[in-house]
Amino acid sequence: MAVVAKAGGDGGGSNEVQWCFLQVKGAIDEDVAEADIISTVEFNYTGDLLATGDKGGRVVIFQREQETKSRPLSRGEYNVYSTFQSHEPEFDYLKSLEIEEKINKIRWLPQQNAAHFLLSTNDKTIKLWKISERDKRAEGYNLKDEDGRLREPFRVTELRVPTLKPMDLMVEASPRRTFANAHTYHINSISVNSDYATYLSADDLRINLWHLEVTNRSFNIVDIKPANMEELTEVITAAEFHPHHCNVFVYSSSKGTIRLCDMRSSALCDQHSKFFEEPEDPSSRSFFSEIISSISDVKFSHSGRYMMTRDYLSVKVWDLNMENRPVETYQVHEYLRSKLCSLYENDCIFDKFECCWNGTDSTIMTGSYNNFFRTFERETHRDITLEASRESSKPRAILKPRKVCTTGKRKKDEITVDSLDFNKKILHTAWHPMENIIAVAATNNLYLFQEKVN
Amino acid sequence: MLRGRRRMECTLDAQSLISISLRKIHSSRTQRGGIKLHKNLLVSYVLRNARQLYLSERYAELYRRQQHYPDGAPLLAMPTCPPPAAAAPPELAALPLPADTQDREARSCGAARGGAELLEAPVCAVPPELQRAPCRDSSPGFYRAAGSAGPGGGGGAAPGPLYAAGCDFGSGGAPHCSSRTTVLDLDTHVVTTVENGYLHQDCCSQCPCCCQPAPGLASPPPAPGTKRKYYPGQEEEEEGVEEGEPGGGGVAGGPPFAPCTKRARFEEYSAEHPQDSSNISNLISIFGSGFTGLVSRQQADSEQPLNGQLCSKQALASLGAWTRAIVAF
Repeated sequence: MAVVAKAGGDGGGSNEVQWCFLQVKGAIDEDVAEADIISTVEFNYTGDLLATGDKGGRVVIFQREQETKSRPLSRGEYNVYSTFQSHEPEFDYLKSLEIEEKINKIRWLPQQNAAHFLLSTNDKTIKLWKISERDKRAEGYNLKDEDGRLREPFRVTELRVPTLKPMDLMVEASPRRTFANAHTYHINSISVNSDYATYLSADDLRINLWHLEVTNRSFNIVDIKPANMEELTEVITAAEFHPHHCNVFVYSSSKGTIRLCDMRSSALCDQHSKFFEEPEDPSSRSFFSEIISSISDVKFSHSGRYMMTRDYLSVKVWDLNMENRPVETYQVHEYLRSKLCSLYENDCIFDKFECCWNGTDSTIMTGSYNNFFRTFERETHRDITLEASRESSKPRAILKPRKVCTTGKRKKDEITVDSLDFNKKILHTAWHPMENIIAVAATNNLYLFQEKVN
Repeated sequence: MLRGRRRMECTLDAQSLISISLRKIHSSRTQRGGIKLHKNLLVSYVLRNARQLYLSERYAELYRRQQHYPDGAPLLAMPTCPPPAAAAPPELAALPLPADTQDREARSCGAARGGAELLEAPVCAVPPELQRAPCRDSSPGFYRAAGSAGPGGGGGAAPGPLYAAGCDFGSGGAPHCSSRTTVLDLDTHVVTTVENGYLHQDCCSQCPCCCQPAPGLASPPPAPGTKRKYYPGQEEEEEGVEEGEPGGGGVAGGPPFAPCTKRARFEEYSAEHPQDSSNISNLISIFGSGFTGLVSRQQADSEQPLNGQLCSKQALASLGAWTRAIVAF
């Protein structure tokens, strides 16, 4: 078995990663405004920028501080870089429908010049935002005063060349493109292609392909809407482009299946190239089998060889070369299987958990309830449960592993299933692309954890 | 939602699951952001699964009653009886007299809209015509309600059969039962009193019109794949709404959904009841493959273990009816 070298870890690769608290962002109030609930978290390609979107349609971008001699301890801290209102609530008058401003997904574009670009989407509209810095200002205009007022032309007696003077850093976010009116159903995913020129957007029944420069046209590449809506049996739940092959993408369904499509084989990818499905275990059939098998997230590994899917109770890793079953299955919170009825009643069973890979694809992470989140090391089969809480939020405090008691006898420090707080759910997590830094969204707070450095 | 910590207890009762599910579908109509297709689809699966359990429990109960009362109490199931004629249950052809038809319409209306509440209605009486067919097992009641629920529109398909199950199997000694239940339809605010199998509808003063089905019965069923047309007398909806997301304007995209028509239509319909063949084909198109599945399933029921968690592939195919409930919203 190959030794997997962990990024930033100690040499041997045999010690578990220990996580310690780095920062927490967001209000401390017990009263959480719905608009402040974080709905998406995403690192950019270098990990220097971290974007969050919330239910109020706002995007907040954090930037990692550079190491400086004067403040050595603040290296690695993320501070607010830019905040802007990405989407506003809209009303579709034709259908008498309100369109929520909640940001469903943010995806960064790779950086190609000084500015940063990201795509953000709500249920109906995708926007391309440019985030740029301004740290110089032009002074000495001929036609206007320093305060911007136009001068009388006859007062201009001599000409001068305006000069650039430094100013306080200002970060501006401006919408560069708006991709609208292409989705009848609710958008659940966007994914930037490896060609850095196109991207896909997926709603419940259709997937569209866009060019980043073209807003008035998009191509429909998948359409699973039946001619007769009565025959509808599944919807698209997530979609993603392959990290290296710009013609390949996958989409997951509410039936627990994943389809891999090749855009070279046909323009309309209703026919899949590969179909991934694990046969259902008939002994575990229940009222809620369909709900818990619905896939809530699909993510390719960085290598492009694997993909990971998240359903309600588990995370599965699939080898793209094997369609009939996943190569690895990790139970996230199996103790909830006997509580599905209550979870159905309180709607928790519909929660859509996301999952993510670390930079080397050696470890995967996903969230759970009670502000718990879990990481699973694939090679060593070690897993750990951690909690994002204010109590353990002291600088560089090491996070203590948590355990849920599934048997009758509760040990010290264990928590019983019945005392889990199902209002505290971690749906969105992100892992720095190169280092062991993770961002965990707990309702309206963003927690940042870093690997313990000796 | 769970507030803080609460014991995780839940009774896995089919009937309560059904009512919870219907409540979810109903409340999704008023949620911000529009109907969530994915969530409603998942809820419809639970509804269907719970319905299977509910029906199988009812069949079992009926069978047990049959064992106790072998001398033919009305409308008791006899699973060993020869099944009704395939796909065109003759009892539908022998639809009751206009008076009963009227009630059936009214009842279907309630069934179409009332959802969970009607499950509690122990409607017991059965028109005498159907009682003369003791060997029809559960089908007459089921089909009757199916018949009444079907044309009631998209929303009706879902609760229809449930209503039947509750209705006809509610009590064994039917004809002299004089129970009376009042149910409130959450959608139309129609108060319905169910008494002796006859439905009296009392419309709230606020409700501008009574909820009545029925125009659908007089029309041919929509061919699959064609746009659904609204029947004369209903408002014209934009085509775009039908094509678009379910529940867009509230009534879009579904099969003939007859929200509110004048009371006069009752009388119109009752004169038209000879058009039963179109009713039947309408029913069949509404239930799709699941209808046939249900027919054959009733034979098999006596052999099947009454495991509430067992969902046969056939029954699974009858999702169509449930999807319509979503679409109609």
